[in-house]
Amino acid sequence: MEQQLFTISIFSENTVGLLSQVSVIFTRRNINIESISASACSIPGLHKWTITAWSTREALEKLARQIEKCIDVVKVFVYDDDEIVYQEVALYKVATKLLLDEPHLEKVIRTHGARILDVTHDYTVIEKTGHYRETEALFNELKRYDIKQFVRSGRVTVTKSPQEFVTAYIASQAERRKRLVSNGKSDN
Amino acid sequence: MKNNRITGAEGLIKSLLCEGVDLVFGYPGGAIISVYDKLYDYRDQLKHVLVRHEQGAIHAAQGYARITGRPGVVIVTSGPGAANVVTGLSDAIADSTPLVVITGQVASAYLGTDAFQETDVVAMTQQITKWSIQIRHADDIPDAVARAFYIASTGRPGPVVIDIAKDAQIGMMEWNHDVCNYIRSYNPDPDLSTDDVEDVARMINEAERPIIVSGHGVMISGAEDQLREVAERGNIPVASTLLGLSTLPTGHPLFTGMVGMHGNIAPNVALSRADLILAVGMRFDDRVTGDIHNFARQAHIVHVDIDNAELNKNVKVSKAIQADARKFLSALAPLIASRQRSPWFEMFKKFDKIEREEIIDSEVHPETGMMKMGEVINLVADKVGDDAVCVTDVGQNQMFAARYFKCRSPRAFISSGGLGTMGFGLPAAIGAKMGDSTRTVCLFVGDGGLQMTIQEFGTILQEHVDVKIILLNNNFLGNVRQWQELFFGGRFSQTPMINPDFVALAAAYGIKGEDVTDRCRLSDAVDRMLASDGSYLLNVAIDATDMIFPMVPSGDPGNRILLSQYKILNY
Repeated sequence: MEQQLFTISIFSENTVGLLSQVSVIFTRRNINIESISASACSIPGLHKWTITAWSTREALEKLARQIEKCIDVVKVFVYDDDEIVYQEVALYKVATKLLLDEPHLEKVIRTHGARILDVTHDYTVIEKTGHYRETEALFNELKRYDIKQFVRSGRVTVTKSPQEFVTAYIASQAERRKRLVSNGKSDN
Repeated sequence: MKNNRITGAEGLIKSLLCEGVDLVFGYPGGAIISVYDKLYDYRDQLKHVLVRHEQGAIHAAQGYARITGRPGVVIVTSGPGAANVVTGLSDAIADSTPLVVITGQVASAYLGTDAFQETDVVAMTQQITKWSIQIRHADDIPDAVARAFYIASTGRPGPVVIDIAKDAQIGMMEWNHDVCNYIRSYNPDPDLSTDDVEDVARMINEAERPIIVSGHGVMISGAEDQLREVAERGNIPVASTLLGLSTLPTGHPLFTGMVGMHGNIAPNVALSRADLILAVGMRFDDRVTGDIHNFARQAHIVHVDIDNAELNKNVKVSKAIQADARKFLSALAPLIASRQRSPWFEMFKKFDKIEREEIIDSEVHPETGMMKMGEVINLVADKVGDDAVCVTDVGQNQMFAARYFKCRSPRAFISSGGLGTMGFGLPAAIGAKMGDSTRTVCLFVGDGGLQMTIQEFGTILQEHVDVKIILLNNNFLGNVRQWQELFFGGRFSQTPMINPDFVALAAAYGIKGEDVTDRCRLSDAVDRMLASDGSYLLNVAIDATDMIFPMVPSGDPGNRILLSQYKILNY
């Protein structure tokens, strides 16, 4: 089956060692992680990770269920690009001197929707957010200014789905906890 | 309040007691010595079994867990102690066995410095445990223990590891233990949908040729009665996986045998002819399915398992239900209608007759030649009481025991299924006996597997454990020999074994025993073994050319079962 790039969203507790536990699940199935980003999300205590990987939906759905078996993982979702709104950010550090000699600098910045973050005698830092091919296009354009450093982040995403599955899961778990407490079985 | 403060080591023991632990298996060492020092104070409340090797401790804890259903507890030291339990952890995660394994660790300040007997236990065990955690502060011990027991014993059970740094063991703490029954990111008891149950009931009631495949999950959830009720109400044949043996007694009229590579013919054929397979608490292992592309092509498959990751993993099913087996079967039973299904049962009779005539009769009642594994196991099974437990090692002894032991009570069959760990048998049998001393524990083991953990004779000596050891001795690594014979042109590469005098070896550990080389002496020898007070070793000389049949060769395209080396059943 043909492979395509999928986005895997993982919601987890913020615990030591979880990253290696999850990454080995990819390794064991010989699936390469193309990009990864992770940080705290809107639900207190929870982290959201966004991982991209080339594979098939079936293989990644199985992988997702395996990741969910990690005790500290709350939920895992697999999306193709049509199911999400996603963004990456790229930073380009270029030689200021070459930039100043460029007659069309303003046009380059403007057409790519980029912005300048920092300017010194030696270098200028340009920032561009967008999809991979958009940050790549600006990279190709800036090549002639001697790119000293270039970095691109992993994806961040939100879903287009009207339902918020994680929120629903957290709510159902809270219900469960309430039931346990009212049954007198829990005091923590 | 300074007087209430205790060490982390003492807190650990108090927490274990709070979780109902009264027996642990272990081996002391430098990084766990503080815990052992406190064990000395609590020796009246918490019995410790000193094994001879850490692998023996964890397999014994597995045997204990499998017979009691409660987590087995292991205490070992850091580095080599922890590394020696890795095989058992891997075995326990494959066979859903609840364990709480406590490993000592070097002091926090030394972590990451390649200190003496330091090994990265959490990293080593993350992939073969349900949960593993390192503790660096005494205060964190009670919560970790409470979580460990909750995680190990709920949902799909499994092993957990608590790696406790030395400074956490000696650090002072205010001890307070709350039992854990809730973790936000973990739901071990998913709700069962009534619609799903009604759908399945309808599918079963409409089916002409249904079969239930009962797995280890049925045993783990204690659903034996519910399984029987569903089967009896609907007049539905039941087969089991290797670890599902004893979920329905061997002698029950609806029990049709074991499925899989060396399973019974009728249920294996039935899987390819059924129009409905209700698979409960099993995971479609490759040893069960054979060639996955040809598996059960005519059937709608309903798969019920507590582990969501198992659903649609190996086999795409018509209906996948994530649920506890007992909860599901309890809800299903009242909706099942009785059907005759005579032609379906005729099929079972037909293939049972073939198996009996082609395989079983000559295996169980041979008249000439050396003794066979099947006849020994069959004879022992006939002589033991209804509560007897069969523990096996791995290989031919295991498959023969699965086929010829008669399970008459629940949790009567303990074996290393998923991982297939040679050396599992002896320590597991010790643990099983210590878990339930009222039951007769029979270990069927080969000469290869016995020698992998034979040092546990020392544990039997020290603890006076009563295990009946039936050594099926063919002086060969029999299962590999069989493959070499069938598929590698009889080139017996590294399978013949020069063996010690096992009876003398057992005697050195105070274990009674005898050699049995003659068929006519076997029955009396089994009687002496069963009547003996304490452990007993029966060293039975077995025909090395004996092979386990029937056999569905690995990856075979299906519809073909080997009845012997030269005879194939096409169906």
